[in-house]
Amino acid sequence: MLGPFDYALWSIGFLVEIGVVVCAVHRKALRRYLPLLFYMLCDAFVTLGLYYCLRNFGFNSPTYFYYYYYTESVLTILMFWVIITFYLQVFEEMGVSRQIQAAAVLLLAGTALFSYAVVHQNRSHLTSRFVVELNQNLYFVGVVLTYLLWGAILKLRETRTRLIQLVLALGVYFSATAGTYALRNLFPGLQPFVLRWVPPLVGLWLPLAWGYTFAKVPEDARLATARLAVKTR
Amino acid sequence: MMIAALICVLSLATCLQFFVLYCRSILASTRKIELSSRVREVAGIASQTVGADDFQRLLQLVRLCPERADDQAEIRAVGTYYGLLYFVGLLMRPLIPSVAAWVEQERKSCSYFAAVALDRRISYSRDLFSQQIADRL
Repeated sequence: MLGPFDYALWSIGFLVEIGVVVCAVHRKALRRYLPLLFYMLCDAFVTLGLYYCLRNFGFNSPTYFYYYYYTESVLTILMFWVIITFYLQVFEEMGVSRQIQAAAVLLLAGTALFSYAVVHQNRSHLTSRFVVELNQNLYFVGVVLTYLLWGAILKLRETRTRLIQLVLALGVYFSATAGTYALRNLFPGLQPFVLRWVPPLVGLWLPLAWGYTFAKVPEDARLATARLAVKTR
Repeated sequence: MMIAALICVLSLATCLQFFVLYCRSILASTRKIELSSRVREVAGIASQTVGADDFQRLLQLVRLCPERADDQAEIRAVGTYYGLLYFVGLLMRPLIPSVAAWVEQERKSCSYFAAVALDRRISYSRDLFSQQIADRL
């Protein structure tokens, strides 16, 4: 059963997601970050849908269960689109946008096909353990993609502070969520006490960090990535 | 089971790395900002650098000022980073002194960030005060 803390997290998450969109539009970043803002809007509407399912079908209903995990998978695939646009921005001066778009289409089609094949094969026993495993894998693909993107940012000496902060916040989100799903897979007993709080909190991190970036970091702000690398002598 | 364990270890390590980089990107944005004489006086900062252990004291002063809606998230993120550094420093001091020295430098950056946040809040309070006076007149 959900408590007041869950409802508070939901409400804050919804408001912050809408706030990110409003802030980005206000800062005239709509066109440049359209996929990101589309993702934020979708996430906000998914939250509304979750609330609807909870009110009408209950927390332990299969409808809530399927809605939660399927929308989670769809949102993760949408997030891949966001990462691809970050790749396009990082590589925009190299003129390889066609290759990136082709790779993105292949990646999205591959992920969708793989997910469909796995779901189709397991449709008779679509257990919570299975969906946890599927989401863990999807999020881990996100971690790998973001890590590669960070490598490209360092290699190409990207200096746009806004882009750097958006990518780093995304990296924290993906890796924390993938880690949580993996921990759930390893220790299912931890779920009711500890791990159930992590995805909503991490889900709150992303709009908060992105909102902060849009609100505080102007598009023309620059930062040398070499300053961020951890050096110990 | 093996795959889940591998994903767990890699993800948590990556999460830590991304979080450290994110906080460093916030700290880097304040590094070039000069502290005003006003904040130096209020916080008792005599030298150019701010001490690594001054962070909590500066944060308490920040909390005494009226809140600004736009600096809460960064203060919280850097506060978490400072706490993390404190424990890493405690663990590493006897084991790897070079890491401990880096941690000390990072903690100084966090304290400098807190001083900049305090400076901004003081300016904000003064603006609020001036506005209230103007409204009354």
